[in-house]
Amino acid sequence: MPCALLQESPAPLPVPEPGPPPASTAEPSASVRGFVYSVETCGSVDGPGLRYVAFLAGCPMRCVYCHNPDTQNRAHARERTAGQVITDVLRYRHFIRRGGLTVSGGEPLMQPAFVRAIFEEAKAAGIHTALDTSGCLGDLADDRLLAATDLVLLDIKSWEPDLYKSVTGVSLEPTLRFAKRLESKRIPVWIRFVLVPGITDGESNICGLADYVGRLTNVARVEILPFHKFGEAKYKALGLPCKLTETPAATNADVERAKAIFADAGVSAS
Amino acid sequence: MKTAQDAPFRSADISSDSSVESGSAWRGFAPGSWQTSIDVRDFIQVNFTPYAGDASFLKGPTTRTEALWTIVKDLLAKEIAAGGVLDAETRIVSTVDAHGPGYIRKELESIVGLQTDAPLKRGMLPYGGVRIAQKALEAHGREMDPDTAEIFAKHRKTHNDGVFDGYTPDIRAARSAGIVTGLPDGYGRGRIIGDYRRVALYGVDRLIAERKKDIAATDRDAFSEEWVRSREEMHDQIRALEALKRMAAGYGFDISQPAKNAREAIQWTYFGYLGAVKDQNGAAMSFGRASTFFDIYIERDFAEGTLTEESAQELMDHLVMKMRMVRFIRTPDYDELFSGDPTWVTESIGGVGEDGRPLVTRNSFRVLHTLYNLGPAPEPNLTVLWSQNLPQGFKDFCAKVSIETSAIQYENDDLMRDYWGDDYGIACCVSAMRIGKQMQFFGARANLAKTMLYAINGGRDEISGKQIAPKSDAFAGEYLEYDDLVARFDRMQDWLAEVYVRALNIIHYMHDRYSPEHIMMALHDREIYRTLACGIAGLSVTADALSAVKHARVRVIRNDAGLAIDYEVEGDYPAYGNNDERVDAIARDLVRGFMNKLRNQPTYRNAVPTQSVLTITSNVVYGKKTGPTPDGRKAGEPFAPGANPMHGRDRKGAVASMASVAKLPYGESQDGISYTFSIVPKALGRSEDDRVDNLCSLLDGYFAENGHHINVNVFDRETLLDAMDHPEKYPQLTLRVSGYAVNFIKLSREQQKDVIERTFHQLC
Repeated sequence: MPCALLQESPAPLPVPEPGPPPASTAEPSASVRGFVYSVETCGSVDGPGLRYVAFLAGCPMRCVYCHNPDTQNRAHARERTAGQVITDVLRYRHFIRRGGLTVSGGEPLMQPAFVRAIFEEAKAAGIHTALDTSGCLGDLADDRLLAATDLVLLDIKSWEPDLYKSVTGVSLEPTLRFAKRLESKRIPVWIRFVLVPGITDGESNICGLADYVGRLTNVARVEILPFHKFGEAKYKALGLPCKLTETPAATNADVERAKAIFADAGVSAS
Repeated sequence: MKTAQDAPFRSADISSDSSVESGSAWRGFAPGSWQTSIDVRDFIQVNFTPYAGDASFLKGPTTRTEALWTIVKDLLAKEIAAGGVLDAETRIVSTVDAHGPGYIRKELESIVGLQTDAPLKRGMLPYGGVRIAQKALEAHGREMDPDTAEIFAKHRKTHNDGVFDGYTPDIRAARSAGIVTGLPDGYGRGRIIGDYRRVALYGVDRLIAERKKDIAATDRDAFSEEWVRSREEMHDQIRALEALKRMAAGYGFDISQPAKNAREAIQWTYFGYLGAVKDQNGAAMSFGRASTFFDIYIERDFAEGTLTEESAQELMDHLVMKMRMVRFIRTPDYDELFSGDPTWVTESIGGVGEDGRPLVTRNSFRVLHTLYNLGPAPEPNLTVLWSQNLPQGFKDFCAKVSIETSAIQYENDDLMRDYWGDDYGIACCVSAMRIGKQMQFFGARANLAKTMLYAINGGRDEISGKQIAPKSDAFAGEYLEYDDLVARFDRMQDWLAEVYVRALNIIHYMHDRYSPEHIMMALHDREIYRTLACGIAGLSVTADALSAVKHARVRVIRNDAGLAIDYEVEGDYPAYGNNDERVDAIARDLVRGFMNKLRNQPTYRNAVPTQSVLTITSNVVYGKKTGPTPDGRKAGEPFAPGANPMHGRDRKGAVASMASVAKLPYGESQDGISYTFSIVPKALGRSEDDRVDNLCSLLDGYFAENGHHINVNVFDRETLLDAMDHPEKYPQLTLRVSGYAVNFIKLSREQQKDVIERTFHQLC
């Protein structure tokens, strides 16, 4: 297990303090500031339809297979107001009519007030909102934020707690707590699971997750994301050690096997 | 009973009720002004049956289709094995009726007619330029018959000779420096679409009678050169129509009368087109907009119980097979410019009528379905006229076909309808024209990026050092200055526009004189709207260069002779393709600015100047002939194709890139604005349904933003790389490059690399 390797990673950013939102409650949401790493205007795999995807900077996790290591901190991010983000999104309104806006990262809930402001502005403009998160900072998403969230793409990195910790560097428990909270609020969720050969593909790991997902009542879709090697170049460019150079990309057969395990639990995964 | 057949010329006498009676060729059609005047549009509008359903009615190939296509595929493989040309005529000069009938396998062919007497045997068309025709034959190991060569040497001047009589030293210099390239001064200009449907709807005798009336109507007009030229042309057009009847008669068909059923309608229309491609080797020989026209006949046959869905599809499959076999013999120079042996047999599909009814019929689906029944291919150049209001079933089918074949291009019908109505067709790649009412003088394109370098170097060529444009003060400073550069560049464009349009005027004067398109013009109205279709290459390079000078610092590097030969960009600049107004506005101004220069030029036959932002595959050649540019592009590096952003500079995703392109003003570029979009399948969505939905959203979005044209390629890079090394595995691999589709394995290795290196939008 690549636990030891994790220690070589640069330290994650400090996680923001949970608790009631500060003075920002009085602040108009359009002027809330945050850090955006990059945008993808042709997002087609992060939520339904064609989507504008804003990748926010910063992540508390250090997933061994992270394919966007460049978003783990704020080094190259640009500071933006929520109003500026939405203004830019609206320039693509003809394209995203049947899709919407996805806020991804990094971990967007590193900047919960910013996400909330963006989503509230988006809802006011009639845009569908999706939050792409690992859920590990789910406690920081307050009820107002969730009220402005149409869909959560919940990435459950692993089912077995020890494995989860070794893969991500953080614990599984907050993610499950967040999943339950979304269920109680009846917010639709797409569950996503990254299949990494030799790491997350153990039968009991997938089985446990499948059982759990099968019992949730708000799951609209389950996506198995095969581990790919496209991120490797980014590690090189950033001068970071890539921990999975020896790990092969997940094959179609690997994905089919995982799907079958989900199917046994009554969950249709795609 | 009076029928259309026995009284077709006395159109004025035909009462609209009797001609559509049972037994006549027009039986059952709704009457309209189309009966008394030549008006195919009106016929379509009052007779077509809109179809708003999905693709589930479509049928696979018949056994006859499969047998015939197997023979054709074998011939196509032999053609490739023979180095690109299977056979070529060396003695008979191709004209509408020079060759007797030719067949692939007569008993299997539902639609007949070949350009020469044998399949894939290329005709010899020396009127554009006899030396070029000879060179083309020599390049493929053949020689023009000495008797034929002698006739042309002694007795018959050709277009190319005429052009060089007219060219000035300025034009020759600009041409050899590569600042204007690809001019149709030695090959057929093409980009004219005969209204081939008229042959089917009216029969040739009626068309001849109408032309005779047109001539008579000018009998008392005052003399002018245009008057007498036009009278001579109309007589020649009548001769061409007579020749068309003879050619069809050779195949056993009497096309003097209107077509009586779907098979005849398709056959008659194809004969009209076949006459054109026997007579002219135009760069683009487009077919028009016939699918919905054919559908009217097919629906009537269905109603009469004489046709089934299978046999309707067979007719379209066999027509498309013929379109795939159109060939011309070209020189290596030409092939380098327009690679992959293209003919642009463009068929425009769909669109919405002026009354708001979508013009989509079942036959709009059938013509696209040929890509499944016969497999993908670059020709015909299937062009979907996209509207927000097309039926969703058709949109979804188009998207599916694109994803699975990469063989369709899309153009914005909502944008073009305001300019050209609802019966226009696309000539070549992006040039819209009202069918039978409009033609263009094709003008290739001028190199805008190189013009900027001339502006910096006082008219000297950055590669050769020769003075090409009139001498002016070169820029002497160390860092380029924006206002200074804009002013210089503006003055240099004055020179370019003057030289360029003068060359085009000479070319088209001579083309009309020595290589006129009589059969195609016979299928037009007497009075036509002519455009002079100019073009620009290097838009994104030039816009980025100006942006670099404005937003970063660009240092000039000179050689010993004081010639600026390279540039060093210090700092970042906003690049075109990121929906960034700071540079997109520059691109817009460039398009508008050069168009205004063109508008100031006098034109042959009072043609209205237009321009396109389209390079076809010449972006590679243009790049090769252009030194380093102030945007940081290296010497010889290809330009981006058409209006595309430079590869790798669009960093915000495909949609931002599309949004930048969509801002270019169509009103200032009415000959079209081409954008090529390549994406890996996974980046379009995870499931097949997602991909179809997302592609529809992309098209709806791009066209809602007033984008004009888009090629859609859905490919994995790996497939293309593999096809480079193992062409035999991919005989039908088709992909879209600026404005047309090509057989990937027919591209030069250099162009294959360019295509692969171009922005492939993939997952991040």
